[in-house]
Amino acid sequence: MTVRIYIPKDAAAIAVGADKVAGALKQAAAGAGRVVEIVRTGSRGMMWLEPLVEVEIAGVRHGFGTVEPEDVAGLVSAGLLEGGGSLQGHPKALGPVDKIGYLARQTRLMFGRCGVTDPLSLEAYRAHGGYKGLERALSLTPAGIVDEVAKSGLRGRGGAGFPTGIKWKTVHDTAGEQKYIVCNADEGDSGTFADRMLMEGDPFLLIEGMTIAGLAVGATKGVIYVRSEYPHAIAAFNAAIAIARKAGLLGSDVASSKRAFDLEVRIGAGAYVCGEETALLESLEGRRGIVRAKPPLPAHKGLFGCPTVINNVLTFAAAPFVLAEGAKTYADYGMGRSRGTMPIQLAGNIKYGGLYETAFGVKLGELVDDIGGGTATGRPVRAVQVGGPLGAYFPRALFDTPFDYEAFTARDGLIGHGGVVVFDDTVDMAKQARFAFEFCAIESCGKCTPCRIGSTRGAETIDKIMAGEGPDDHLSLVTDLCNTMKFGSLCALGGFTPYPVMSALNHFPEDFRRTPRMPQAAE
Amino acid sequence: MTAAADTTAREIAAEHGNRADALIEILHQVQAALGHVPEAAVRTLADALNLSRAEVHGVVTFYHDFRDKPAGRHVLKICRAEACQAMGGEALVARAEDRLGVACGGTSADGRVTLEPIYCLGLCATGPSAMLDGEVVGRLTAPKLDALLKGAGA
Repeated sequence: MTVRIYIPKDAAAIAVGADKVAGALKQAAAGAGRVVEIVRTGSRGMMWLEPLVEVEIAGVRHGFGTVEPEDVAGLVSAGLLEGGGSLQGHPKALGPVDKIGYLARQTRLMFGRCGVTDPLSLEAYRAHGGYKGLERALSLTPAGIVDEVAKSGLRGRGGAGFPTGIKWKTVHDTAGEQKYIVCNADEGDSGTFADRMLMEGDPFLLIEGMTIAGLAVGATKGVIYVRSEYPHAIAAFNAAIAIARKAGLLGSDVASSKRAFDLEVRIGAGAYVCGEETALLESLEGRRGIVRAKPPLPAHKGLFGCPTVINNVLTFAAAPFVLAEGAKTYADYGMGRSRGTMPIQLAGNIKYGGLYETAFGVKLGELVDDIGGGTATGRPVRAVQVGGPLGAYFPRALFDTPFDYEAFTARDGLIGHGGVVVFDDTVDMAKQARFAFEFCAIESCGKCTPCRIGSTRGAETIDKIMAGEGPDDHLSLVTDLCNTMKFGSLCALGGFTPYPVMSALNHFPEDFRRTPRMPQAAE
Repeated sequence: MTAAADTTAREIAAEHGNRADALIEILHQVQAALGHVPEAAVRTLADALNLSRAEVHGVVTFYHDFRDKPAGRHVLKICRAEACQAMGGEALVARAEDRLGVACGGTSADGRVTLEPIYCLGLCATGPSAMLDGEVVGRLTAPKLDALLKGAGA
């Protein structure tokens, strides 16, 4: 029997040598005259174990990680190519992958196939429950689909948390010859990679989700805007679209339903602000990514002035489960008004970094200390930024905050796209606050004054504080400026930059009290 | 160069049916073909897509991906966003600047390497991260960075 070996082709795995490991394995197999089947999958999301090699032994997938190309010879002599021998005693052996606590404790409603199947095998996708959501959607009226999504309590996973059902209903109820489904895959937040992992590891799920949205609102065209920093995701998604089209799952007659829906990939060009939905629409129309004033809402006048559903990758990816298993099954997970699951991304200085999909309600401390294992450097955790560059820094004192939209808002933070970036005690929070302003200045689209000018003035003022110049006056100036930006900016870039700044100031005031330094003093 | 840029830009625009909404894709392709987006291409594209030169120039300068001058033979992008900062990414940027003798954003004097910042490659649990000529690199360390620079001839 041919031994089946699984190696991820997720960009994060490739970045740490997965392609080299696969190459070494192929070479070893050819040298030994053995035929092995190497399946390139997405990532399981246990990034500290990448490259994670899995081998099927008696029908169970056993993991080995972190596998360096140099480890291949040892694994081969332990019986890797035969799928047995003394493999399970190898120092890199992790046992059955499904039993690894990090994975076993998750609730993978969305990422269940990621890392398990060949991302471009439609057969594998179907065998693992794929296209059941679309099948159900085709048996419903458009209003019925919208209703199901509304009842599930699903909220936009891009960050704003707007109820998806209401958005879809608005587009459904708006008349228009042409309507669009736009997927926001401009995942620019540092500390987030769930969209990328999904596009690379289970692209048909996103295709299915967008197709369901198209049927629900009567849109025949879908566009996915992927950032240029994600070449692997772009390639995987384009390949998946071609396969789905060939299989009749996209095109003029989706799954023989006589309903049309097709998809197109568009590539960004390195502007963070294009993750803001109206700037994204401008970019899709070939212009500078300048934020549009709302109203009109994109649901009424979106892409090319047509009614448009614009959602994040993870929002669309949740739809197939909602349709296949029913709104109630989905809504049974979660807490308060945050229903279902969230793929939380543990990143930065963390021991067990990766993707952790779980129902809303898990405490921040549990995520960082228990699941994440604290810092990678082994030093104490000092600050955790949740929700990307526009999210607040949380101190240990707030680790009892549950992962829930409202709970984070109540503590002047946001869950955003689910990124959790951990910093150890060497972090200088004044520097982080300065960076928040600096990043806003670099990425500001320039349309509104608080963001365009405020970000630069903010960075300058923090510089003065860091130099020990009149800290009291300058701190109150920063606070005042943050208020102006928060309430006077047109979009979340300028409006949310105060979150990291003010949280750093409020929770870590000691970092902003400096004795005056000579200008020429070195860092 | 100017004539070649004009022809290339015109051909690429025609491939996209001279659609103005395809401008960003067109610019990506022009840059892939010419290494940068020269002024001549801006003029040609404005003409082909029925836009003003200001509009095309505006798009070229708005997006970080597009450059108006050729890059070095190799382009090294190092992530400067928070998750990589938490793992010591800034020290690696400083090291690369020191080795290449340029500030981030510049090209080494010998024209071999352009060093650029990038804000997130989505490899945030295996940081610090970098990208050399389109190839992603994770768990970057000082020795690994030195090897990358050496490989790029710097």
